[in-house]
Amino acid sequence: MSPSTTLRTGPADFEHLSVDDVSRHFGRRRAVSRITFRADRGVVLGLLGPNGAGKSTLLALLATLLRPSSGTIRYGEHTASTRGAALRAAIGVLGHDLFLYPELTARENLEFFAGLYGLPDRRAAASAALEAAGLAHRGDDPVSSFSRGMRQRVALERALIHRPRLVLLDEPFTGLDDASAAALGRRLHGLRAADAVIILATHDLDLAEGLLDRAVFLREGRMVEAVDRPQDVRATYRKIVS
Amino acid sequence: MFAHIVWLVLRKDFTIEVRSLEIAYTTLFFAISCVLVFAFALVQEGRAPEGGAAGILWIAIAFSGTLALGRTFERERQAETLRALLLAPAARPAVYVGKLLGIVVLLLAAELVLVPLVALLFQAALFAHPIWLALILLTGTIGFAAVGTLFAAMLVRARSRDVLLPVLLYPITVPVIIAGVRATGALVAPEFDAGVLRVWLALLVCFDVVFLTLALWTFEPLMTD
Repeated sequence: MSPSTTLRTGPADFEHLSVDDVSRHFGRRRAVSRITFRADRGVVLGLLGPNGAGKSTLLALLATLLRPSSGTIRYGEHTASTRGAALRAAIGVLGHDLFLYPELTARENLEFFAGLYGLPDRRAAASAALEAAGLAHRGDDPVSSFSRGMRQRVALERALIHRPRLVLLDEPFTGLDDASAAALGRRLHGLRAADAVIILATHDLDLAEGLLDRAVFLREGRMVEAVDRPQDVRATYRKIVS
Repeated sequence: MFAHIVWLVLRKDFTIEVRSLEIAYTTLFFAISCVLVFAFALVQEGRAPEGGAAGILWIAIAFSGTLALGRTFERERQAETLRALLLAPAARPAVYVGKLLGIVVLLLAAELVLVPLVALLFQAALFAHPIWLALILLTGTIGFAAVGTLFAAMLVRARSRDVLLPVLLYPITVPVIIAGVRATGALVAPEFDAGVLRVWLALLVCFDVVFLTLALWTFEPLMTD
């Protein structure tokens, strides 16, 4: 197992994530409403739904960037209010925006985030991440000179640099060509084999199909269906979209 | 760990600024323009209005500081990197202090150009007591930037942030600006009175302590949602 897929077991480590009757309101607008599901280690859970279904809000809640208006999110035995920073050290997020500084080189970006996550050898961590992204030869180029696909690969390694237990991915296939999408698929398979809890939000099942073990379907902020068998995902998706 | 995070954030901001020089140029150009406009308007036949220099200096610092604050956080907004900073397990007040130090260093660098310019155009003896001047500028800049950094971070996702920042910032920092103006005024007065200067400087230190304490206390809860 490569260093970048070996998961770190820190004090806030956990076996599963459980979302229990979670709602989040912004003023009078209900972004997500009464969502309940559970995600276990070694499983890729898809959050599927059209644009505006509440997928990104739900990911922000799981990432501890937002607090639920009601309901509880548990990371094993922990909650965000009890473990704060220790819990954030076990979460990796690849957002719709890439969280990279375009003026800095890929290596500088990765070293900066390795430092923020308290990794002891930032240089080695950045080099391993560049290797995993297939961009070791472009590590000293500014991110602003990269294509969207290359940025996405650096952003994914930035999200995984601290070997998180919970990996949250928001539309990770955006802007990737076929080869890059296949590479991302292989990376996610590696994370699954390394026992990460992986939650992938997307509106495009064509790209994510084959990766998902389970799926939760959202529409207008509500959970409309949950599927536990990969072979049922496509049929349920068709039913819901129609 | 706290100091390490502060250093990482500060060094990252400094590296980006050295490469782009965007905020430094904008801030400096705006501050110099401001001083020149006041000089053309107020200096008549080579004579500057008495006490004008102190006011002009602090107006230039406040206006250009607001510009720098807005641009610094605009940079964090564009790729949502502020979210990435908040997602890290680092102490969030350390992120605040790192951003604050970056703004303070930038404003102090702008003041290195502004002070001689104001002294020259308004014939003010700003360099007669350089240690006092340095203390006034340092405490005033910290007080202004402490509040400004907090508000700029809070407003980073607000649509009308460019309008809201000065609307929120100036009323709160008026005491700092007034104390800075009065202390600088006392410094360039024909009869130098160290006692008066000490009072204003003590007030500036008090404002710094209060503003910094409040900002460190409120940064994490304000940024969480």
